[in-house]
Amino acid sequence: MLADDLRGMYYIALKDLRAYYFKAPNISWGILLPFAFILAFAIRNPGDLHALVPGLLALTILFGTSSMEAIVIVFERRIGSLERLLLAPVRLPALLAGKLLGGMAFGLTVTLVVLVVSLTVFGAAGTNWLLLILALLLSATAFAAMGAYVSVAVREVFDAQTLANFIRFPMMFLGGVFVPLDSMPVWLQSVARLFPLTYSVEALRAALSGASWTTAALDLGALAVFSLLLFLLAVNTLARHTE
Amino acid sequence: MTEAIQVEGLTKVFTNGRDRPSLRAVDGIDFTVHAGEVFGFLGPNGAGKTSTIRLLTGLSRPTAGKASVLGLDLDKDLPRIKKSIGVVPEASNLYDELTAFDNLIFAMQLYGVPRAERRPRAELLLQRFRLGEKRDAPFARLSRGMKRALTIAAALVHRPRLVFLDEPTTGLDVMSARNLRGMIANLRDEGVTVFLTTHYLEEAERLCDRVAVIVKGRIVALDTVAGLRSSAQQKTVVEMTLADSEGRQEKRRAECDDGVESAIQSLLSETSGRRVLAVDTVRPSLEDVFVQLTGLSAEVMLSEKGGKGGGSAGG
Repeated sequence: MLADDLRGMYYIALKDLRAYYFKAPNISWGILLPFAFILAFAIRNPGDLHALVPGLLALTILFGTSSMEAIVIVFERRIGSLERLLLAPVRLPALLAGKLLGGMAFGLTVTLVVLVVSLTVFGAAGTNWLLLILALLLSATAFAAMGAYVSVAVREVFDAQTLANFIRFPMMFLGGVFVPLDSMPVWLQSVARLFPLTYSVEALRAALSGASWTTAALDLGALAVFSLLLFLLAVNTLARHTE
Repeated sequence: MTEAIQVEGLTKVFTNGRDRPSLRAVDGIDFTVHAGEVFGFLGPNGAGKTSTIRLLTGLSRPTAGKASVLGLDLDKDLPRIKKSIGVVPEASNLYDELTAFDNLIFAMQLYGVPRAERRPRAELLLQRFRLGEKRDAPFARLSRGMKRALTIAAALVHRPRLVFLDEPTTGLDVMSARNLRGMIANLRDEGVTVFLTTHYLEEAERLCDRVAVIVKGRIVALDTVAGLRSSAQQKTVVEMTLADSEGRQEKRRAECDDGVESAIQSLLSETSGRRVLAVDTVRPSLEDVFVQLTGLSAEVMLSEKGGKGGGSAGG
């Protein structure tokens, strides 16, 4: 049964990447949007552009993983093809994990492009590579799980887009991407702690500045908890909605 | 005889919140489907046909009752059951973005068909379902009939022993519907058990070994088509085809209460100067049985469904 689940996960992810993710508009949107935000901010506040790189990476993973992820399941449910997956010998958590895997693979691919450009411009000296990889993986998991939850929680594609933006945009402005967390009022810092993006930015900042594992342990732990909770929530919601 | 499906007291109640009444979509049904037969599940819209399929394929959980599929308990062995059944839902639901060939390959990947067998089996299915020329066309660009055929092909990629077909010919043109019926007949010849829901009475009459009629979630009759006919105790009917001077035709019927001759005399007295084109005796059809059991006419059932093209079982 486990072999069926693992095989199902792999092929569902592969199918999603081919059918939905690796399309020209999707790739350009995934890369351009975070760049556009950062550029706008940099023009308004020309300062240490290097400091914006963790935020740029976190935003790219956020949009790369969650934009299509938030639509795919609700779209497939609408046209009936989700039923094909539900009828296959793959258990529901594995089905959803396959969906997550597709979103993560796309998000990480797009982020890799942004990472290479950033490191070429600003240099890679002092980067804690293992921490960087772990931070990227956990961020992608948390954001893909968030996208999946949005996708199973609504009934229409339009509602999914609205809900995804309703969650992402406040997160983007409060998550430490543009403004460091410690320069915010304390109450706003508490609000920011509710968002996975905050921990993603902090973990990536630690990795790029060559900080030790202990500095980012809390952030990595928080991302892991977000991933697990959002995934379980999505599985539970999808199970209820398929009845 | 081995049983492909055994159902006892199967019930599905949908609750719609506190203030709304619950709906008993499937209401304590019992039936058995023998291995290798084409079993028809006939009923009007909302009778519980699709709900029953969803229960038997694990898409929905029963409120009460139990079922076994291919000798396995539906509640305990669902993953094993899924490996041995194929399901064709009412709507063709493959992936628009993938080609006909890639859709079949993906279905095989999901069901664990060995890598070496995938390509030849996909090619074979495309040929068998007359889709060879559309091998590399995206699913979105296929005609309705081709989409239906490919959806059925995708349900057969793992060589299931039992296939559920939910309204397979609804909305198809006459030729496509005819082709599909031929394919369903071939499945039976290959020993595959077919569970077929339909609202086309002629389709059920042509294809099914046995038929269950479901109305409001309950099975009101279950027998062979011949058995249902005889149980309906219909009288023999004489049917006369008349034509007026402009060639417009009309069929008139009379029951043979006092013999065939008196029925013909009765019809002749109503010709009003029209020519008699044909006189036939009519055996009770499945439609007659259905009307007697459900109180619905076949026309009402078809108009409820909005289907027309596949309605004539022309082959």
